Amino acid sequence: MNNYIKLIVLGLITLFAMIAANFARDLAYMVNALTIMLVAGGLFLWTLRRTGETPVAVDQSIYMDDVVRAGVIATALWGVVGFLAGTFIAFQLAFPELNFEWAQGYVNFGKLRPLHTSAVIFAFGGNALICTSFYVVQRTSAARLWGGNLGWFVFWGYNLFIVLAATGYILGATQSKEYAEPEWYVDLWLTIVWLSYLAVFLGTIVKRKERHIYVANWFYLSFIITVAMLHVVNNLSIPVSIWGSKSVQVFSGVQDAMTQWWYGHNAVGFFLTAGFLGMMYYFVPKQAERPIYSYKLSIIHFWALIFLYIWAGPHHLHYTALPDWAGTLGMVFSIILWMPSWGGMINGLMTLSGAWDKLRTDPVIRMMVISIGFYGMSTFEGPMMSIRAVNSLSHYTDWTIGHVHSGALGWNGMITFGALYFLVPKLWHRERLYSLSLVSWHFWLATIGIILYAASMWVTGIMEGLMWREVDANGFLVNSFADTVGAKFPMYVVRGLGGVMYITGSLIMCYNLFMTVRRSPAIEAGAHDAVPAE
Amino acid sequence: METYSFLREFADSWMLMVLFAFFIGVILFVFRPGASKIDRDIAEIPFRHEDKPAPARNARAKEV
Repeated sequence: MNNYIKLIVLGLITLFAMIAANFARDLAYMVNALTIMLVAGGLFLWTLRRTGETPVAVDQSIYMDDVVRAGVIATALWGVVGFLAGTFIAFQLAFPELNFEWAQGYVNFGKLRPLHTSAVIFAFGGNALICTSFYVVQRTSAARLWGGNLGWFVFWGYNLFIVLAATGYILGATQSKEYAEPEWYVDLWLTIVWLSYLAVFLGTIVKRKERHIYVANWFYLSFIITVAMLHVVNNLSIPVSIWGSKSVQVFSGVQDAMTQWWYGHNAVGFFLTAGFLGMMYYFVPKQAERPIYSYKLSIIHFWALIFLYIWAGPHHLHYTALPDWAGTLGMVFSIILWMPSWGGMINGLMTLSGAWDKLRTDPVIRMMVISIGFYGMSTFEGPMMSIRAVNSLSHYTDWTIGHVHSGALGWNGMITFGALYFLVPKLWHRERLYSLSLVSWHFWLATIGIILYAASMWVTGIMEGLMWREVDANGFLVNSFADTVGAKFPMYVVRGLGGVMYITGSLIMCYNLFMTVRRSPAIEAGAHDAVPAE
Repeated sequence: METYSFLREFADSWMLMVLFAFFIGVILFVFRPGASKIDRDIAEIPFRHEDKPAPARNARAKEV
């Protein structure tokens, strides 16, 4: 019965996508409609072939780990894609010839830049968050994932969202909102997927067997709920036609700008911070084999972080049409935010107290510790840059780019790598990783890569800011914009090299994880009663 | 009063007070007597049930 409803729905979607592709007013919409048509049509055939078969009973006494395994693979692969795009556009800035003439309008910097940001934040970071949250919520709730195959729907639905968004960007469908570029129909799809994600996560927490909700789940839950709210409000738009990708924002002018940066900064605050802190609060204690330093501090960290972060957005709009009071509010909250951030950093680092020797022997914990270090560094740098006077120098310069990357590469990247190194042996029932010395190689390549990146961006950012504001004795500007671009060339090359090192490290990780699954000795079945082949 | 002014005044008076009071309440709650023992138990959650879910019932009681 269930399958018949599925078949009807999938058939209707396929039919509608065909009509949409036929009436499409622009290329991006047509390609997206064809993608949906192929996916829905394929699912229709797949469901049809299985209709009438008796469904296999699911063993409720084991964790649902196959979707986590898929998520781990997707995270590693999307990571490589995102880093590759980033490294390429870094060299496009250094060597403009890489904006090939034959590919103008498709793979020049302007098209690839949102592809890079979305690939690393949403594809790499998003898949990491979804798969680790599914892993963590099951273990800390002592319950199997709620919703059965809904978990699979979340995984595939989210990755379909990424494919639709990415092809849309290249072909020109964008609503030009930073980190919220996808157009209206992709936004609607993400809303459906995200609410399913919320249902799966919350459902698992509701049926938990532990009396208390572990702090990692609080962070994950706040990330899921807040992102749902931010996404819906920031993407309020009216499509021009149901057969085209273009839409018009409901807000306009300064309200639109404020909504965008309320969204944009909380995407950083809840997607890239709260969610990844959930990862920290589970994987750091697990890898260090000791409980979190202070559970009290973790509760205060959580509430302080979510109470303060939501107000910090206006600091993106200093010296604009935004009222001064709003800018001051954002700035003050950003500075107060420094405290809970460092409270969390201390909590993560001090978890190793009494086990500091592990830093010498275990490169995975080293990776996690340096990620917490970068968390602390970028949560100090951020509040400082939000101060109006500092912002007048740093805004619109490469300093901002450097800040974002020390957070993203250092904090988000390294904690994710640490989590992947922890997860792969567990999920594939291996005794250990294939090679610890390859983990060390990854660690040093990534760390030195980030340092090259951040240092060159500090130099070029501050230089650029100072050159822009330099005036001569008569009050005329000394430098033209092109002068600053010319002066930045060496730093751009150094930044690109940092990117090359970082992506080399991630390729080594992919090889190491692959070989762990292929070659590492399996945990014997007896020691691990009933190894599930889900 | 226009909506903007009303919301503005409400936001930086009553709402601010409610949020601030909630936040202070959370901190006081964290340091309530007897919390340390419970916290130690919660902090151990990641080290239980690593391989499979807790059996159907009776696991709600603490099993350290």
